[in-house]
Amino acid sequence: MAQAAIELIGIDKSFGAVRANRDINLEIVRGTIHGIVGENGAGKSTLMSILYGFYQADSGEIRVGGQSASIKSPNDAIALGIGMVHQHFMLVDNFTVLENVILGAESDALLKKSIAKARSELERLEREYGLEVDPDAIIEELPVGLQQRVEILKALYRGAEILILDEPTGVLTPAEANHLFRILKQLKEQGKTIVLITHKLREIMAITDTVSVMRQGTMVATRETRKTTVEELAELMVGRRVLLRVEKGEAEAGGVKLAVQNLTVKDSRGVTMVDDISFDVRAGEIVGIAGVAGNGQSEMLEAISGIRRAVSGSVMLDGKPIDLTGAADPGELRDRGLAHVPEDRHHVGLVLAFEENENSILGYHDDPRYLRGPFLNIDAIRDDARDKIAKYDIRPADCRLKTANFSGGNQQKIVLAREMEQDPGVLIVGQPTRGVDVGAIEFIHKRLIAMRDQGKAVLVVSVELDEIRSLSDRILVMFAGRVVGERGPEATEGELGLLMAGVEHQEAAE
Amino acid sequence: MDMFNAIVQVLDSTIRLSVPLLLACLAGLYSERAGIFDIGLEGKMLVGAFAGAAAASVFHSAYIGLGMAILISVAFALVHGFASITHRGNQIVSGVAINFIAAGSTIMLGQAWFQQGGRTPALASDERFGAIIWPGADALRSVPILGPIYSELISGHSVLVYVAFLAVPFTWWVLFRTRFGLRMRAVGENPAAVDTAGISVAWLRYRALICTGVLTGIAGAYLSMVQNGGFVKDMTAGKGYIALAALIFAKWKPVSAMFACLLFGFLDALSIRLQGTPLPLIGKVPVQLMQALPYILTVILLAGFIGKAIPPRAGGVPYVKER
Repeated sequence: MAQAAIELIGIDKSFGAVRANRDINLEIVRGTIHGIVGENGAGKSTLMSILYGFYQADSGEIRVGGQSASIKSPNDAIALGIGMVHQHFMLVDNFTVLENVILGAESDALLKKSIAKARSELERLEREYGLEVDPDAIIEELPVGLQQRVEILKALYRGAEILILDEPTGVLTPAEANHLFRILKQLKEQGKTIVLITHKLREIMAITDTVSVMRQGTMVATRETRKTTVEELAELMVGRRVLLRVEKGEAEAGGVKLAVQNLTVKDSRGVTMVDDISFDVRAGEIVGIAGVAGNGQSEMLEAISGIRRAVSGSVMLDGKPIDLTGAADPGELRDRGLAHVPEDRHHVGLVLAFEENENSILGYHDDPRYLRGPFLNIDAIRDDARDKIAKYDIRPADCRLKTANFSGGNQQKIVLAREMEQDPGVLIVGQPTRGVDVGAIEFIHKRLIAMRDQGKAVLVVSVELDEIRSLSDRILVMFAGRVVGERGPEATEGELGLLMAGVEHQEAAE
Repeated sequence: MDMFNAIVQVLDSTIRLSVPLLLACLAGLYSERAGIFDIGLEGKMLVGAFAGAAAASVFHSAYIGLGMAILISVAFALVHGFASITHRGNQIVSGVAINFIAAGSTIMLGQAWFQQGGRTPALASDERFGAIIWPGADALRSVPILGPIYSELISGHSVLVYVAFLAVPFTWWVLFRTRFGLRMRAVGENPAAVDTAGISVAWLRYRALICTGVLTGIAGAYLSMVQNGGFVKDMTAGKGYIALAALIFAKWKPVSAMFACLLFGFLDALSIRLQGTPLPLIGKVPVQLMQALPYILTVILLAGFIGKAIPPRAGGVPYVKER
């Protein structure tokens, strides 16, 4: 019988009326990689935060190494050998790697000794686990993959035997993710116990020994990874059968609807983020833009939709040019049939403090359908909102509810419903399913394909490679502000991954 | 030689005038580095000045005065902490409230206790901090160049002046060489990182505010017990705000803060010196313009001459554990 590193017995936790965790029982075996999957809001992060002492459970027991433990703060967790790598890194950006590593684990009141000790300790960890990183580098100057490595080093420096990783691959390129998995396997071989929280089922299959599935605050199943399948896990997560890959027919591409020409965009610091790119999207096709976040996709979307002024470039909408370097006006673009679902729905797409029906006409509020003379026609707006709620299965079906009270997936559906129901000729969508549950992803993908089949031109930008591959009829890969390659939907992940990492691009340049 | 003496005199008053700015600026540095904006430096200096002068005149001791100035100023700093750390209130609102309470309560209590129109009684010389004459200062006075520099600029200041200038390297050392400094800088940049490292964000910020209170208390005591022989209403006259400007100008760094405060002190000294003196080419400059000079410079400097001043990233935002 393998020894349990951690046992959770009957954990309950509520936030107000929401029961985030109910009667959770879980046993994590020492020296294994244990995956925890579940949709957003299933309670995975809450459970791990309880284990790390960030929150206290309302009831239940935690046993670490067989001993009942009271974990009241991260300090207690650290003392018990539990370390956590958070989804949003808990690093001080303008500190050096060393300063971040010793923060909170300084050996005495003056820094000199702590730093010297940490330096030699880091060298040892580097040798043992292949976790190379320059100890004197400033965090904000490091790529995210290395920042994450610093988080792992922080935990190991504190003597962690049990390492919790919360959605660790969300910000990584496929190559970086693979490197991380190699490190995790090495840590496992050295006897560490690893808990991996993710919603990416492929990662679970690739690396874990055991997997537990959470749904709506409860632990619904624990399986040995090699005895389960992606399909079974998805079904357990959602509670019903899900189509992981959308079924779609052949694209019947027509004439060019949207042509982006010689677009160059700089960000607010004056750095060139989009460097002279041109591409077309034809009627009846979905063009997907793949790339690691931060390679100019966001700036490109903002420029095309008229939110950000471009340095140079224009778009042709149905053959008519619009200059993007002038005082670009999102309203004008919208009037000419370009609908935009922004990447960041919280800051750009929605006013969270508004009621759902108000958000469902945002930007179209001067459409005569919603007006009665100079005033808003509240009844028409609410009827319209109720129609969209029914059509897009937005839950709860209450158009008077504050938008902040909808889940991420339903908020995204509110934005999609608003933009798609205007019947635009061109739809551009940034991160269509970021922070959206598996069930809603399926729905959103079907909708996007339906748009395509109606002969619209659809441009999708996503950092989720799976999504790009399953939706797109053509895939463009962006790296460092340029389109570095075009592939068909049959392109392999490895092929796209290399393009995304700029490898092929550099080789071509040499 | 007249010209030289005039320069020494201006520099001497530069030092005297920059001390309260410097103390307040370093006070603000502790607070803001820990992520708490403190617009209430002005108010804390004012209550410090009042408490110091009042206690000194009642107990006939400069040191009891200083102690009381620090105590009351720290108490006000803790009120700011209670509002903005424990109750996550708006830090600007809390700071402004402290300024109002300070301005009103000092006059009211002053009038109630001493019946002199809100002033405290004039302090006798043993109730103030006198000048410390360094060995040989008088003997060396007649030596050309170095004599006046030693006897006027270096020697002959009150103990609080030396405290203020020693606080600069001390603050640098605390900030960059101690565990407390590391954690304080971290909590001003990313409190969540501090929290997950198992350190109490609130307690750390309270300790930074106590440092702030101690320094504003000393600044207040300097105003009412060194520069002036007693408390006069509103005697801080905006120095707390100038100190904040200097802090931004110095990009939250202790040594730069000293130079920024010396610059503001110098302009102040110059404007006093040049009052009524005709300038070459320009002629006589109105007193008001000279007095406005430091403020005009502040606006110009802050408007773009210093490059981008990036404040501590978590500044002004109450820390709430994310759900």
